[in-house]
Amino acid sequence: MAHSPNGNTWSKPAAMAIPKEGYHKLENGRYGPLYPRTPANHGFTIIAKVQKGREQAVREYGKTIEGAIAGTPDALAVLKLHYLRWVLFEIEGATYFMYQGIFDTDFDKYTEDAVALFNSLGVNTVFENLEGFPKDWKTNAPAFIKFLRDHQRPSFLEYGEYPYVTADEIKKALRLKEKFSEMLDQMQ
Amino acid sequence: MLELDDIQHILLTRAPAMTGRYEFLSFKDASAGRTWLEEIRGKVHSAASARASVEADRRWITVAFTWNGLRALGLDETSLATFPEEFRQGMVARSTMLGDTGECHPDKWVGGLASSDLHAIVILFARDEPERARCQTEHERLLARCEGVTVLSTLDLQATPPFDYAHDHFGYRDRMSQPFIEGSGDESTPGSGAPLKPGEFILGYPDENGPPFGLPQPDVLARNGSFMAYRRLEEHLGKFRDFLNQHGKTAEERELIAAKLMGRWRSGAPLVLAPERDDPALAADPKRSNDFNYRTQDPHGYAVPLGSHIRRMNPRDTGANMNRRRMIRRGATYGPHLPEDAPDDGAERGIAAFVICASLIRQFEFAQNVWINDRNFHELGNERDPIIGTQDGTLEFKIPRRPIRRTITGLPAFTTVRGGAYFFLPGLKALAWLAGNGRGTES
Ligand code: HEM
Repeated sequence: MAHSPNGNTWSKPAAMAIPKEGYHKLENGRYGPLYPRTPANHGFTIIAKVQKGREQAVREYGKTIEGAIAGTPDALAVLKLHYLRWVLFEIEGATYFMYQGIFDTDFDKYTEDAVALFNSLGVNTVFENLEGFPKDWKTNAPAFIKFLRDHQRPSFLEYGEYPYVTADEIKKALRLKEKFSEMLDQMQ
Repeated sequence: MLELDDIQHILLTRAPAMTGRYEFLSFKDASAGRTWLEEIRGKVHSAASARASVEADRRWITVAFTWNGLRALGLDETSLATFPEEFRQGMVARSTMLGDTGECHPDKWVGGLASSDLHAIVILFARDEPERARCQTEHERLLARCEGVTVLSTLDLQATPPFDYAHDHFGYRDRMSQPFIEGSGDESTPGSGAPLKPGEFILGYPDENGPPFGLPQPDVLARNGSFMAYRRLEEHLGKFRDFLNQHGKTAEERELIAAKLMGRWRSGAPLVLAPERDDPALAADPKRSNDFNYRTQDPHGYAVPLGSHIRRMNPRDTGANMNRRRMIRRGATYGPHLPEDAPDDGAERGIAAFVICASLIRQFEFAQNVWINDRNFHELGNERDPIIGTQDGTLEFKIPRRPIRRTITGLPAFTTVRGGAYFFLPGLKALAWLAGNGRGTES
């Protein structure tokens, strides 16, 4: 059963407004403030300026990730993701990259795992095209982590139609449904 | 090549000690601290010397410092600033994230461990009681010669009977599983996993990510040292036994519940390999006693519940990035033995343990913050480590079984943190340097 802070379950849509800081009450994880689990679960929105002329390089990485996941579907399993959204957009002539992820774990907890995964998938090479990204990221995990935290833009509203449900729970439910239909078919 | 003659023995060897004593020290001024260190450092075994003379030796000594202690010894600010952030902050500042709240809060810690006056620990492991007493007296004499070095507190350790193998007060056999370090000269046993790069535990060597990074400076501090998290954990034996009695009607049922909490029978036999019945012979065979994994052998936790202590502390093939999360464990039990049929006497007893790793934040703190205290680890929803998690009576423990799992609600706290600290464990050359040698013109 989906565990939610206020006792709600998946059947009751919920919204949460979040203060400017990104959290209701300051609570530190290992690397800094923790952001609350909302009806749309955990996640982050990282927005950073793309280095001049590197927009195409960033865009091409979409294909790289597509290929990586086609080849190894569970490559990102560690992150307990629901969705990723990568967006490029312009403000006053400069290009910005937005990396939005929705997942079931608190990013602070699995930061090093994510960094290791980024390394192995080459996601960091996308970051290398961003302004201010530490050049020594390969060895300097703390600097990588600081970059992510510095560029994180917390939400001020999050909504879930089926709040607090984890990806694993959804997959379990769908698997059960599949088996159940199969069983009904067998009984025809 | 590992410089075994410069690495403190505690990192790589386990002394055959039956007793021990920890002394927590404070330095009033740098010269007092250095005088003390200069005298004691000659008694600190390296891994090489401990191995060479283990049969003849009767005592083993380890020395380590808090960040405040390094400053008290006169280490300059430039050098102090090169130590990792979490070590500089110290365990007290990190306590909320570690889960040290409620009864485990640093305000309630004993022995002056939460104080910024805590500067150093000297660890004595001794073969027997008379040897401990002899060393204790000798150290008292040394301290008498070092005015300005004071003892904040001490803790006596001793093995808990019966003595056929190492176990804690709850009766669980310990020292069954440990990481295997490349080039350490140890033999790996089946199930220990692939050899790990020494830099995971010893500063100055390549780690699983490549060349070491962010080492303390100057160079003499960057090699052959490590970091050490100290945890004094009181074990509430009466509460533990009451719990087993409450949830198990027969002796067999009680043993099974105890095993489910840990992931091993109290004999040490792993539940993955002995799911139904205890198997002491399996426990006694190092070739088999650690040779298991979870993903293929017990994916749903029918043998080892997902929330049990050993499945949290080393999820083996079901955890990500595992080679970067391992820890070396050392320590001993303290407090009086409480016979099986005796009522709880209210005395404090427990484990006084060291978790040794190259990165406190990535290894020890991750274990505390995620594996032990994340209520939703492994999607468990409402659980923490049943042995050492922060328990306030509102959490549960789920035991998967067919057709319907068993859920124990209102899990009590079987342990309480009574103190802790972060220490830097220098290599032997670094100890000499800190004591004043090699400083040239230092006053
Ligand atoms: C009262 C406190 C504790 C008790 C009674 C306890 C007991 C045990 C026992 C009986 C084992 C199984 C033997 C073995 O695998 O070597 C074990 C394993 C382990 N424990 Fe603890 N422990 C305690 C605290 C801790 C702490 C504070 C940590 C680290 C933060 C820790 C980390 C581990 C690890 C890493 C393993 C090995 C798991 C494996 O490799 O399968 N334990 N513990």
